[in-house]
Amino acid sequence: MIEIKNISKRFNTADGIVEALNNVSLSIADGDIFGIIGMSGAGKSTLVRCINMLERPDSGTIEIDGCDIGKLSERKLRTVRRDITMIFQGFNLLMQRNCLKNVCFPLELSGVKKSEAKKKALELLDIVGLRDKAKAYPAQLSGGQQQRVAIARALATNPKVLLCDEATSALDPTTTNSILELIRNINEKLGITVVIITHQMSVVESICKNVAILDGGEVVEQGTVSEVFTHPKSKAAQNLVFPEMESGSAIINKAGDRIIRIVFNGASATETPLIARMAVQKGIEANIAYASTKSINGKVYGSMLLGITGDKEVVKSAIDYLTRTSDVMAQEVENYG
Amino acid sequence: MGNDIFSSEALFEAWQIIKTQFPLAIWETIYVTILATVFAILIGLPLGILLVAGEKDGILPLPSWLLQILNVIINLLRSVPFLILMILVFPLTRLIVGTVVGTTASIVPLVIAAFPFVARLAESSIREINPNIIEMAQSTGASPMQIIIKVMIPESVPSLISNATIAFTTILGYSAMSGIIGGGGLGKIAINYGYYRYKYLIMILAVILLIVIVQIFQSIGTYLATKTDKRLKRK
Ligand SMILES: Nc1ncnc2c1ncn2[C@@H]1O[C@H](COP(=O)(O)OP(=O)(O)OP(=O)(O)O)[C@@H](O)[C@H]1O
Ligand SMILES: [Mg+2]
Repeated sequence: MIEIKNISKRFNTADGIVEALNNVSLSIADGDIFGIIGMSGAGKSTLVRCINMLERPDSGTIEIDGCDIGKLSERKLRTVRRDITMIFQGFNLLMQRNCLKNVCFPLELSGVKKSEAKKKALELLDIVGLRDKAKAYPAQLSGGQQQRVAIARALATNPKVLLCDEATSALDPTTTNSILELIRNINEKLGITVVIITHQMSVVESICKNVAILDGGEVVEQGTVSEVFTHPKSKAAQNLVFPEMESGSAIINKAGDRIIRIVFNGASATETPLIARMAVQKGIEANIAYASTKSINGKVYGSMLLGITGDKEVVKSAIDYLTRTSDVMAQEVENYG
Repeated sequence: MGNDIFSSEALFEAWQIIKTQFPLAIWETIYVTILATVFAILIGLPLGILLVAGEKDGILPLPSWLLQILNVIINLLRSVPFLILMILVFPLTRLIVGTVVGTTASIVPLVIAAFPFVARLAESSIREINPNIIEMAQSTGASPMQIIIKVMIPESVPSLISNATIAFTTILGYSAMSGIIGGGGLGKIAINYGYYRYKYLIMILAVILLIVIVQIFQSIGTYLATKTDKRLKRK
């Protein structure tokens, strides 16, 4: 259990004081996959760096399983960091070490015997599907493979918590999905609590159970993913759920329509578009109010807002129909606009 | 000069000198330079690391006055011309070696002249490391000492090797100058025969040998730096 209580953090910069975090409180349950989403500069990295005390908050406390880690000595803190490991946007592998030695790194630090460390590292490389790359150097791997090695390294000390700071932001959608899949597996199989920092909606939607929205250093909304994304209350949440609002483009929508939000997360593109098929097969006419989708390698990514004239039943059967296709999520949204 | 530097007597005499003196001179030059480089690195590398690690937001922050003093000492030593430095460190040389003349004695001023330079070179190598890697090490629970030994040094090995090569060739140049105060080696031969006795052929040969030595060590350094760098993709 991670309890973040009223933490604030300011930075003195050349342009004056930046309030990176302002009275942030969150609690993250064991075994959760918790998303922290926000625009650039919202304070996400600062928050996650506070969770392992790489950054000390000016005020407030962080408790991990009831232990206030802000009160620990540097030495104790270093032991705690073996339980709260981290992966990064830039992977941050040691470039002069091969993959195996990279995974051994945390074990070396904690004084594990060489032969044992090697055995453990090979097991972990197996888990992330890169056993055959043990002798390869990071420069010889793709970004996705490097992140897998970084994940193996993060798992080496059997952590309780895995912090992911924009771990998939440097990767293409297909690789992103495979990394998220790996993280989900780790969460399920090893029971590790995962904290995911991202600015991408799709990441939160496809993996997180709970989410907090950070805006200007404050938590403006939090709850389960479906709750927050179907009823976005704050402006920041609405901007994330309806990116079109931010860009200011008008949404073609008839008054009184119900709105369904669809997220394509690598669904196979078919010859007949999904919405057209729904109209033919279900007789549900949908008006596309907004669409921002792109097709990569025959897979569709992005989101869409549908306006549907009709009652709850119609909407429900539309959602049932839409979500039958794999990698498509659909939800009715309220508070839109 | 003219043609007489290649006259048959001159050539014969030169050959005699080459036979009797050059092997020892080459050996002395290399031995002095290697020893001086090794000592300069032993002092300069930790100092260079300290300059980076000891900064305010470094991994092992030092009091800022201490950092300032280190910087001043380094800059001071680097701005004194080598010839003068040699004379200035006579007392220290006598203390350590027992004498101020001779090949071994010349190592002391060479080290004093070279370690601040090496410290700056090491500093620049260490600064090349991606700060995110250091942050990774911290988040993994590495102590400052572990970061230095397991991350900073190994990650900058190729750059450190290139810079060690630069240090070596620079020290070689200084060591030739130490011939003036009785240091041995090719520098002494060049000065004794070329400057004091107008035997230009010998001087030119000594210089050519210095150039060859620099070339050889530079090539070895470049080869090692490239070979150890795992960032260069190799199949
Ligand atoms: N060490 C620092 N010194 C000064 N200002 C900082 C420092 N770290 C962060 N900030 C400031 O704090 C604010 C929050 O930064 P943070 O890196 O946490 O944002 P973020 O949400 O992670 O953004 P991004 O998505 O771009 O990574 C920014 O305004 C940033 O400029
Ligand atoms: Mg960030």
